Amino acid sequence: MQTVKMVVTGPFSAGKTQFIRSVSEIDVVATERKITSASERTVKQATTVAMDFGRITVDEDLVLYLFGTPGQKRFDFMWEILSEGMLGFIVMIDSTRPETFREGRSILETFRAYAPTPYVVAANKQDAPDAWDIEDMRNALRLSPQVKLLPCVATQKTTVKNVLLELLYSILAGLDSTEK
Amino acid sequence: MALRGNLRDFTVTQLLNLINLAHKTGTLVIEGPNETAKIAFREGKLSYTQIGQEDNHLATILHRSNRLTAGQLRAIQLRASHLSDKELGLLLINSGYIAQNDILNALQAYCSDVVRRLFTWVEGIFRFENEMLPPDDRITVRLDLENLIIEGARQLREWEQLQDEIPSLDMALKFIERPGTSMQKMNLSVEEWRVVSYINPRNTIQQIATATKMSDLEIRRIVYGLLQAGLVEVIRQDNAPVIERPRPQPANNQNREEQKSLVNRLITRIRSI
Ligand SMILES: Nc1nc2c(ncn2[C@@H]2O[C@H](COP(=O)(O)OP(=O)(O)OP(=O)(O)O)[C@@H](O)[C@H]2O)c(=O)[nH]1
Ligand SMILES: [Mg+2]
Repeated sequence: MQTVKMVVTGPFSAGKTQFIRSVSEIDVVATERKITSASERTVKQATTVAMDFGRITVDEDLVLYLFGTPGQKRFDFMWEILSEGMLGFIVMIDSTRPETFREGRSILETFRAYAPTPYVVAANKQDAPDAWDIEDMRNALRLSPQVKLLPCVATQKTTVKNVLLELLYSILAGLDSTEK
Repeated sequence: MALRGNLRDFTVTQLLNLINLAHKTGTLVIEGPNETAKIAFREGKLSYTQIGQEDNHLATILHRSNRLTAGQLRAIQLRASHLSDKELGLLLINSGYIAQNDILNALQAYCSDVVRRLFTWVEGIFRFENEMLPPDDRITVRLDLENLIIEGARQLREWEQLQDEIPSLDMALKFIERPGTSMQKMNLSVEEWRVVSYINPRNTIQQIATATKMSDLEIRRIVYGLLQAGLVEVIRQDNAPVIERPRPQPANNQNREEQKSLVNRLITRIRSI
């Protein structure tokens, strides 16, 4: 039996737990807690404190695990541990909260430094009326054209699937291009 | 659609950069603590500005740039107040009093000045209105944003922010090939030119700083300006974007064909969800 993993990261409240929940075949082992800080509570009621954990069984020999990182900065000591051996990672960004873009980019840089694995960026909550356009987000996040920035609605399985597939395509392309 | 947010998260310079890159048309409305500014753009170029209650009529601007005397201004305000800016401009040009270029230069200088004042705004909320265009009877200009973006970045004195924007000096820079942008047209400072002359995929920012004898802060400030103006981009030291040449970590010592088969199995499975 072989297991592989992907990491879903991003700022506080970007939709990481929701993303994993939409495709995991087990109930996400979310370690959520009621939020105690008043400023964070205005955004949402519960936050992930250790990590989310979702599973997709491929066949009897292969299982994919999705790990969601805790969004709050004080848990970032977990990141490096979670990123070890990952196949690739997804950076979730809340398209409606430009105040988190800067942090999103810095999380992206941090994970890139941990491991040179492929990654994609998901512009989440594209269903919300105040979501930023993808192209504006690309510019604001200063992503170069070759970085995949994908529209996402974490509550809708189809877009979540698409994000995962695009990441897998990048991983596959990476394997092909290093072939000599 | 929405391009809205808070100046605490996006500087005016960054907003100009977004508008420039996306060639946007519309009006950036910034509500500061004391007044509201409206900056209109056409295809990514600055076209018109209105700040607070400030009089931005042509006659006033021409007076302020010493192209009309106080007496002439008063006469126009008294006797030609029924004329729109466009009509007044034509009248002044046709009477041979002032050249079309002088009018445009004065308006451009005014618009640039308004944007420069906005660089000092740190509090406020902004939104971009696609539908909002300058009033029909006003004369608009077409001003490239790059120089203003560089100036704005020059004013960005916050070390922390620069550090945030350029987390490491162990990266190299390269020029962005973009048709229509020419270095010669830019008003680069001597310091900026010195940095530009060292930009090369083989030189890290740190090496450029050493060569030009600049402090971390100075080099970051200049590199940030060049990045914001879209003149250069950061390249990884291995000289390739990560997506193009990733080195996936094998889960164990599989060979490449096994890895590919594994990824393909994952793809098939996810498609079936
Ligand atoms: N409209 C909309 N809401 C979403 C979407 N994805 C997530 N949400 C909501 O956004 C909030 C945050 O989602 P979570 O999945 O808890 O975010 P998280 O990234 O796990 O948050 P932390 O663990 O606290 O960092 C919840 O109220 C979700 O219901 C989306 O695509 N669209
Ligand atoms: Mg969570």
